[in-house]
Formats: sequence, C-alpha cells, structure tokens
Amino acid sequence: MQINGQESYLDAGISVSEMLEALDIEAKKVIIEINLEIIEKDKYSETKLHEDDKVEIITFMGGG
Amino acid sequence: MSEYSIQTKKDQIPSQEEFEAQLVARHTPGVHAKVKNAVVGIAGLGGLGSNVAVSLARLGIGKLILVDFDRVEPSNLNRQQYFTRHIGIKKTKALKELIKEINPFVEIETRDIFLDKDNVLDCFKDVEIIVEAFDNPESKATLVNTVLTKDKEKIIVAASGMAGYFSNNTIKTKRIRDNFYLIGDGVSEVVDGCGLMAPRVAIAANHQANTVLRIILGERDV
Repeated sequence: MQINGQESYLDAGISVSEMLEALDIEAKKVIIEINLEIIEKDKYSETKLHEDDKVEIITFMGGG
Repeated sequence: MSEYSIQTKKDQIPSQEEFEAQLVARHTPGVHAKVKNAVVGIAGLGGLGSNVAVSLARLGIGKLILVDFDRVEPSNLNRQQYFTRHIGIKKTKALKELIKEINPFVEIETRDIFLDKDNVLDCFKDVEIIVEAFDNPESKATLVNTVLTKDKEKIIVAASGMAGYFSNNTIKTKRIRDNFYLIGDGVSEVVDGCGLMAPRVAIAANHQANTVLRIILGERDV
C-alpha cells in the first residue's frame, strides 16, 4: 500500500490503528483518508488496509 | 460643508449606508453583494480565529458565528487581536465588542462552548464555511474529521503549522479535498523554544481569511 504517496513497508491486512501505532503517530491528532474517503475516528480499529490502498495521513500541529 | 468633512468628525460613527458605500467603492458592487450575504463560522478565537474574524469583519462580511469557551489572558496578547482592557473577559464577548468598533453592521452570534464531535454540526448548521482556528491539535483533528464525515455540504478551512519565525514562504494554502483547505507549513508545532508569534500566526490566519473570501467569490482553486 501507499502511505502519503510512498510505497510502505507495512503489511496489508493491518488496521488503521495498527498502522498508526507502527508509525508512532497519535491517532487523536490525525485525519486519515483511504482511497480518497475520510475514515471516521471510531472506525480505525475495524478498518483494514489492503495491498492496493492509497492512504493519506494528515497530522495536525499544535498552535493557533 | 461637504459630506466628506462631516464623516471625518472625531468619534462620529458612519451610518450603515455610508459603510456600505465605502465598501462598494473599494471592493466593487458585485463583490460586496456576495461578501455581505456570507455566513462564516469560526471555531476558536485565539491567534488564528481573532485575526480571521477581524479581516472578515473589515471585508464587511454578512454574519460571523464566533465560538470559544475561553477568556482573554495576558499571554494571548503577543498574537491575538485583544487589548489589555479585555483581560479576564470571555473571548467571544471581547471579540464581538472589538468587531463592533471596526464595523458595527457585521452581524455577530457568539457561543461560549467547548466544541466537540457532538455539538459542532449543530453549532454551525447555518454556515457555509467553517474556519478551524483551534490551538489544540486533537481539537483540530476532531473538528475536521467530524465535519468531513458527517456533513459533506460544508467547506472547512483549517490550519496546521505556524509556530516560530521560520520563512514566510513555507506557509502554504493546500486544497486537500473539494471541501477541505489546509493552511500552514505542516510541521512547525509549538514546542519549548518555538512558540507562537504574531507575524506567522497572522500570515496563516490571513491565508485562511483570503481562502474564505475566494470561496465566497466562487474561486475554489488555491
């Protein structure tokens, strides 16, 4: 699968939650788009990633 | 005595007609008509939100819905549009008062609430465009997630990454989706030794304000 435009070393079949954990990204600070669809926050553990998925992770920085 | 000299008398507030005439002269009648009809929601009235609100008020925006639960503190004055006389006052009240001094004919609604996934849609049900102007990254993500997944009609203009005094030119406006714009450098968060400072926060805020203006005027590209 692709994450933010780059082919990822992560294995297909893991959940969005597992992907974030593997990448050491805090789930509360992101929005996740898979194949252009935004994933609801409470669906991160049930949403599995597939080989041909294109994932975009947008991480919000503190400050405003 | 000409009308012009009457209008410049000290402490005299121009009438609504005079305000409108000035804005039409500056912005053209077509632009002013669209701006005057726009309703914009601002989530968070800190460095981003207070600056966005002031710019939109100066444009003669029709109506603003201003949302924040917090009060003005001395530490806010390094970048937020408040004055020392506002310390201790609710940000909603202080900003409404301040905008009334800029343009008394901008309609303002205020909500003293902590926005979360359960109240955000109701709070902004009457607006076309929502400006995400929070400080806290978790609140930013929650707001954007909720709006993008639950109400596909709204347009959201968010910001991420504007701390410090890095180059001006790293702050960009990106269109992530049809209805989601994201402004900032994407990396500069608040950490020890890299705080929020007025110029860069105002640069990001005015990227947001100009994005709102462009959307109102039908310019959807960045």
